[in-house]
Amino acid sequence: MAGSRGFLSHAGYVLRDNPVTGFAFAMFLLLILAAVFGPALAPWDPLETNAARALQPPSAAHWFGTDNLGRDVFSRVLVATRLDLMISVSAVALSFCIGAAMGAAAGYWGGWTDAVTGRLIDTIMAFPLFVLAMGIVAALGNTIENIIYATAIINLPFYARVARAEVSIRREAGFAQAARLAGNSDFRVLAFHIFPNALPPMMVQLSLNMGWAILNAAGLSFIGLGVRPPTPEWGIMVAEGANFIVSGEWWLAIFPGLALMLAVFTFNLLGDGLRDMVDPRRRT
Amino acid sequence: MAAAPDPAAQAGRGFALPPRLRLVLKRVALALPALFGVIVVSFLLTRALPGDPAAYFAGPAADEASIAQIRAALGLDKSLPEQFLVYLGDLMRLDLGRSISTGQPVAEELARRLPASLELTLTALTLSTLIAVPLGIAAAARQGTWVDHACRALVTAGVSLPTFFTGIALVYVFYYHLGWAPSPLGRLDFLYLPPEPVTGFYVIDAALAGDWETMRGALAQLALPAVTLALFTLAPLARMARAAMLEALSSDYVRTARAAGLTPGKVLFGVAFSNAMLPVVTTLGMVFSFTLGANVLVEKVFAWPGIGSYAVEALVVSDYAAVQGFVLAMAVLFVLLNLLIDVIYTLIDPRTRSA
Repeated sequence: MAGSRGFLSHAGYVLRDNPVTGFAFAMFLLLILAAVFGPALAPWDPLETNAARALQPPSAAHWFGTDNLGRDVFSRVLVATRLDLMISVSAVALSFCIGAAMGAAAGYWGGWTDAVTGRLIDTIMAFPLFVLAMGIVAALGNTIENIIYATAIINLPFYARVARAEVSIRREAGFAQAARLAGNSDFRVLAFHIFPNALPPMMVQLSLNMGWAILNAAGLSFIGLGVRPPTPEWGIMVAEGANFIVSGEWWLAIFPGLALMLAVFTFNLLGDGLRDMVDPRRRT
Repeated sequence: MAAAPDPAAQAGRGFALPPRLRLVLKRVALALPALFGVIVVSFLLTRALPGDPAAYFAGPAADEASIAQIRAALGLDKSLPEQFLVYLGDLMRLDLGRSISTGQPVAEELARRLPASLELTLTALTLSTLIAVPLGIAAAARQGTWVDHACRALVTAGVSLPTFFTGIALVYVFYYHLGWAPSPLGRLDFLYLPPEPVTGFYVIDAALAGDWETMRGALAQLALPAVTLALFTLAPLARMARAAMLEALSSDYVRTARAAGLTPGKVLFGVAFSNAMLPVVTTLGMVFSFTLGANVLVEKVFAWPGIGSYAVEALVVSDYAAVQGFVLAMAVLFVLLNLLIDVIYTLIDPRTRSA
């Protein structure tokens, strides 16, 4: 238990030393709360239209104003948190699992596993990633699930690369050889001895990528893919609000955009903070 | 995938090529597998259409016979490898199929719209490089001062900004509030006629024609979208420039240069800079990937008539040939850009400098 206490005290030290990371953790908790309790906390029904109160600027009753159909923007932004996080978390989880397995196998066994994985990753990286995601969604069909798959595919190379590098530097480490000598199979050595040690740098990558995954998913729905109106989602709300910005109704697009920015910002800060905890040398 | 033959090695046996040219040829050969992979994936994407493409192209009123006829016409009754050869043949003739919504050949429309996208992307990249590289250098040279902190704040904020949101915020401030920018609708206001096409870049074409008024109009339209895109690419470039410069400044060769009594300016710009630029040039590849994607979003926000907004319009009406043509064109463009970066890298690498 000494190890975990050491980590906790180190984490506490980092948090005290770097209040920005503490702020990021607080923001992260807020996002989770909004995602879990958002629909329950929303003061208005996010889908309820009312022509009588259309396009009202922010007020005490409607904190973020109302949109062109009289829907409460604050409620819509709040409720959208769950969908936006759900899309990016599932995409990142999917690509983490597949990418980590592929990269770990490539790093441990090398040979043709490595060659195939390397080719696949190179091919994905040969595309501008957002454009590839557009092509995948266009080919598979315009649904939320396919947005998740597309985002997962374009994130795959990052995890596979980190996993491959972290596993291959530990392949011949003392503890791995000891485990092998003790009669563990290759699979056991990889899964229960090497992989847990490669996990921390991958968690950092996970957090840094999460912001990027949110941006990508929101970008796809901004250009009209995946999420259909009237579903509240940040990307599509910014797209709908963009039509009103030239006539000065800024609150339609700015608030969902700010929510999006805050979410991405939180995950980026969190990733930087986690990196400081895991590897103080790489601090920038 | 078979390993690409190395023309540099083969050529080297016949007659001695300058070592740099050999390295450049090697880079070209290394780009070929990427190009092949891109074509295979594009092919698979066109064949992964939901449902039966033949039934889709035949329209809802088609009967069995006409669907079969269209399947034969599209070559969909052949085996997959055969279809791939047909696809390769079409690509050789630059035939990307026909757009369903406009009835025009996709390749022609992409070629017509490409200059608009390139004008926007290249302006943005130039702008962000001109700001990011000096900023990164200044931050590294004066580590821990306000320049460094400003650089870090900008970098962290920059990567968190959704491009489309920055664009909309800029439109609100500079068009609606201050009235400095023209309405965000396309490359040129209705008041002006597009200049005679030479390069396809409105700003340059207008300057070549000596039409300063049109050039000013084109520049005004270009300003906001280019700044939006530049803000997005600024962060990774500045971050890399700073990190690379810091590493170079703490290296042994810089210590040697200092010990040899070179002036601080000469150490910074002569020794450290030329070595620090290598990782920055490598980052450009990743930055291009992001830029080409962000380009699509910026084009939608500013109704910019480039290939990105073409693809977005096509996506909305499920015009598959147009979307897949766009994806392939972007990927080929990206492979070529990466090749260009690799060649530049080889040329500026001080270690390949011939004696």
